[in-house]
Amino acid sequence: MSFPLLTATAVLPAIGAIATAAVPAARRDAAKVLALLFSLGTLALAIAVLVRFDPDGGRYQLTESHAWIADFGVRYELGVDGIAVALVALTALLIPFILLAGWHDADPLETGSKRWRPTQGFFALILGVEAMVILSFEATDVFLFYIFFEAMLIPMYFLIGGFGDRAHAHGEQVASTQRSYAAVKFLLYNLVGGLIMLAAVIGLYVVAGNFSLQEIAQARANGSLDMATNTERWLFLGFFFAFAVKAPLWPLHTWLPNAMGEATAPVAVLITAVVDKVGTFAMLRFCLQLFPEASKWATPVILVLAVISIIYGALLAVGQRDIKRLVAYASISHFGFIIMGIFAMTSQGQSGATLYMVNHGLSTAALMLVAGFLISRRGSRLIADYGGVQKVAPVLAGTFLIGGLATLSLPGLAPFVSEFLVLVGTFTRYPAIGIVATLGIVLAALYTLVLYQRTMTGPVKPEVSAMPDLRMRELLVVGPLVVLLIVLGVYPKPVADIVNPAVKQTMSDVHKSDPKPEVEAAK
Amino acid sequence: MSAVAVHSLWTTAAGPITKIDSPKIEYGQLSPTLIVVGAAIVGVLVEAFVPRKSRYYAQLFVSVVALCAAFAAVVVLAADGYGTTKAHIAAMGAVAVDGPALFLQGTILLAALVGLFTFAERKLDPQAHGNHVDSFAAQAASVPGSDSEKAAVRAGFTTTEVFPLLLFAVTGMLIFPAANDLLTLFVALEVFSLPLYLLCALARRKRLMSQEAAVKYFLLGAFASAFTLFGIALLYGYAGSVSYATISQVVDGTLTTVDPALADTMGNDALLLIGTALIVMGLLFKVGAVPFHMWTPDVYQGAPTPVTGFMAAATKVAAFGALLRILYVVLPGLRWDWRPVMWGVAIITMLGGAIVAITQTDIKRLLAYSSIAHAGFILAGVIATNPDGVSSVLFYLAAYSFVTIGAFAVVTLVRDAGGEATHLSKWAGLGRRSPLVAAVFAVFLLAFAGIPLTSGFAGKFAVFKAAAEGGAGPLVVVGVISSAIAAFFYIRVIVLMFFSEPRPEGPTVAVPSPLTMTAIGVGVAVTLVLGVAPQYFLHLAGQAGVFVR
Repeated sequence: MSFPLLTATAVLPAIGAIATAAVPAARRDAAKVLALLFSLGTLALAIAVLVRFDPDGGRYQLTESHAWIADFGVRYELGVDGIAVALVALTALLIPFILLAGWHDADPLETGSKRWRPTQGFFALILGVEAMVILSFEATDVFLFYIFFEAMLIPMYFLIGGFGDRAHAHGEQVASTQRSYAAVKFLLYNLVGGLIMLAAVIGLYVVAGNFSLQEIAQARANGSLDMATNTERWLFLGFFFAFAVKAPLWPLHTWLPNAMGEATAPVAVLITAVVDKVGTFAMLRFCLQLFPEASKWATPVILVLAVISIIYGALLAVGQRDIKRLVAYASISHFGFIIMGIFAMTSQGQSGATLYMVNHGLSTAALMLVAGFLISRRGSRLIADYGGVQKVAPVLAGTFLIGGLATLSLPGLAPFVSEFLVLVGTFTRYPAIGIVATLGIVLAALYTLVLYQRTMTGPVKPEVSAMPDLRMRELLVVGPLVVLLIVLGVYPKPVADIVNPAVKQTMSDVHKSDPKPEVEAAK
Repeated sequence: MSAVAVHSLWTTAAGPITKIDSPKIEYGQLSPTLIVVGAAIVGVLVEAFVPRKSRYYAQLFVSVVALCAAFAAVVVLAADGYGTTKAHIAAMGAVAVDGPALFLQGTILLAALVGLFTFAERKLDPQAHGNHVDSFAAQAASVPGSDSEKAAVRAGFTTTEVFPLLLFAVTGMLIFPAANDLLTLFVALEVFSLPLYLLCALARRKRLMSQEAAVKYFLLGAFASAFTLFGIALLYGYAGSVSYATISQVVDGTLTTVDPALADTMGNDALLLIGTALIVMGLLFKVGAVPFHMWTPDVYQGAPTPVTGFMAAATKVAAFGALLRILYVVLPGLRWDWRPVMWGVAIITMLGGAIVAITQTDIKRLLAYSSIAHAGFILAGVIATNPDGVSSVLFYLAAYSFVTIGAFAVVTLVRDAGGEATHLSKWAGLGRRSPLVAAVFAVFLLAFAGIPLTSGFAGKFAVFKAAAEGGAGPLVVVGVISSAIAAFFYIRVIVLMFFSEPRPEGPTVAVPSPLTMTAIGVGVAVTLVLGVAPQYFLHLAGQAGVFVR
């Protein structure tokens, strides 16, 4: 038996989580370094997966399959296609940056503060989330996926509710209340979504008799497993609801601004760039493959919801006074693009959506982490509290601008490629939807540039006049992300090559071909 | 006329005198129960003859040995195949020895053993007058607050009777799910109920509340028992027998030999329906299903916490076992009549338990309502009426027992000057003072909430899957909705523990003896093992899922 590489990518951070949590309280610096080493080890394993993966090879590669809970018809089955490989790599890549950016986020506060922040816990929880996210990308057994899809809520919940920004505009009492409100809202929304999915998972078992994605998809494809139209639609809705909460899609999005606003910036990145991707990924992998007919049936409604997400998220982002909530609403807008790309049912749309997931992860990470550095310096999340930062801290302002420009999909930066593909892919099949969605780009320019203008330009506010520029550690976080954004913006081929064959496969699963005349996918 | 001839007028020549057939009792197959009841009697003798100082150790020793030996006996029987191929009805048709019976007996014995450890805990309260103090009243007969009570406390009396009482209760619980005729069922019901009523009244602190709880439990329990007994009488009228096998034959219309004396009343459907309803009502009372749940919160709150934990776990196991056997062995032919009713009961139990729990401010009452909601989930498995239904219920009961006992064991640890600090507001910030205890309790709460990777999820999935396969899809939907509602209040407790400011005069966490630590440790271990690798136990429950009839 060959080395179980996929299992290793998940087991390593899990071990790291336990090891980090076990470090005695006094040795918190050792715990941080340990956590970082484990995340780098995971990244190395993820790169090994990337190398071993053959884009033109079989549908699922590096597969592992072991008996697990035979009475439930559940097997421990892992396997990756191009889409999963890209997202596993993204996750493993972002976690070291998240850890590094949050290096001091869980340090104990100065004596006298009643806030309680167990440092080891913070790092262990992040690694725990990483393990579960990676497993849910790799699982090809619906039940196995479900377990980690649900279980990751618990560490996320503690990350949101247990650790917040060092200072808060309304004092510690209010902050504490808001944090736990955000954490509970996050958990309840996702738990309800997950439980509804549980009913659908059980329903799927009753219909199909097992949980293997490959077996069920195959049986669906060759017609040996026939679902009544209504059954398929109900099951699809059960799955989709959970993913739409997670993604999040309007009108199920309201937990995201709270969660991202109250969490520390690295945790906010973890939510939007890593955890939420499981939702959109699962739409591609489970909704489309297991319920192709129902997916096509639901497409018009979902596209409309996605467009509402795009416009609504962008409009609300324009109106935000809080930097983190602004990024959260921008993310809602972007998830609208991703979901639109998935359900446009064209290969450009789905390739674009997958690339979008990767690029959105990078660009949001860059923007949000720099925003976090900014907030930690001033102790406020309000845009109005800043002004003229670029004169005081030019590197900070510069990286913030690049992150912002990436968010608004400026050509030359990575998100442009994916957003363009999604729009083209949608336009070829649903011109009206595509046109309305394009408005989102205009609004994105508005909220990003206004944010930059208000915080970075203009006269220097007295409170920010002594603001230090990015430190070494912070540069180490932002630098590579900016480089990646530029490289993938100019030369997206490596990612596209990995993703495209998998997208072709998914398209054929739903019996959809691109509309004529064929538009060649940008390579 | 010879003497013989005269006699022949009023006598006939007897055949050779035959022995009266003594009842055939398979002592070996009944050994689990016999060991426990024997130990309970020994416990009574210990109470009478052993000096006060050594009673605690003697009782603890006897109880632990008895429960372990009984569990070993169950394992031996199961290994001998009595759960599967050699399953049969023992003791002249009174007791079934089959898979479900052995599985549930094993569960009850283990739960009782773990519960016993919490009974025996004597390190939580500070020593009073140089004496170790446990959760039970110094002298149950003394009036609360009276001089005699104070004298008893000063003298260091302890109610070591709780150990034999526990063993008697376990005896009844072992027979209850195995009972194969209605009279045995009733006797078992009383044998386990009466000690429990007593145990509920024995709290050392808040004695009035404890006694109130016991009286409520006793009165309502007596009503439930009376209903059950009335139902038994009606069913006897219907079938002319109290034996499960005969009743089910009459229900199915397959009985071949009818006693002519009973032919008039037999087969009267009114008797059957009313009798069934009354018996099931009595069982639903014990299970704590809405609308027969009214006693649960008061009793759970008032009873000494170790008793609550034991009762919540073991009573549920025993009562669901009996319910399953009645519905699956006696009344499968009637399922078109009882299924709709049970649907209704399951739905209101799931929703009612979950919704009312939201407003609770006392941790014990909260767990009581949570246990009601869980009874609803288990009922969903009962309604499945397929083999998966039985095995999923068995698995759920085993998983749930250990979570419950563990959770109540944690409740005993959180104390302030007035004993256990059960008001939820006092739990605020517990996660900062005692991260480990709070984390353990969080694991139990997550298991109650059915979060994946805990036993609660595996159990919930099992019963919902069985229900869906049994055509109860809508029930599954109601189940997941009430799970979502229930998740809210479990999470609320976690929020309190971890995200709220600790109160300045908040409770402290007592350091328990290894006994309670074992109970909690076993609870956590079972919760995680059944959550991550449930296959072995699911398989076991699957094998054990066939009733003998």
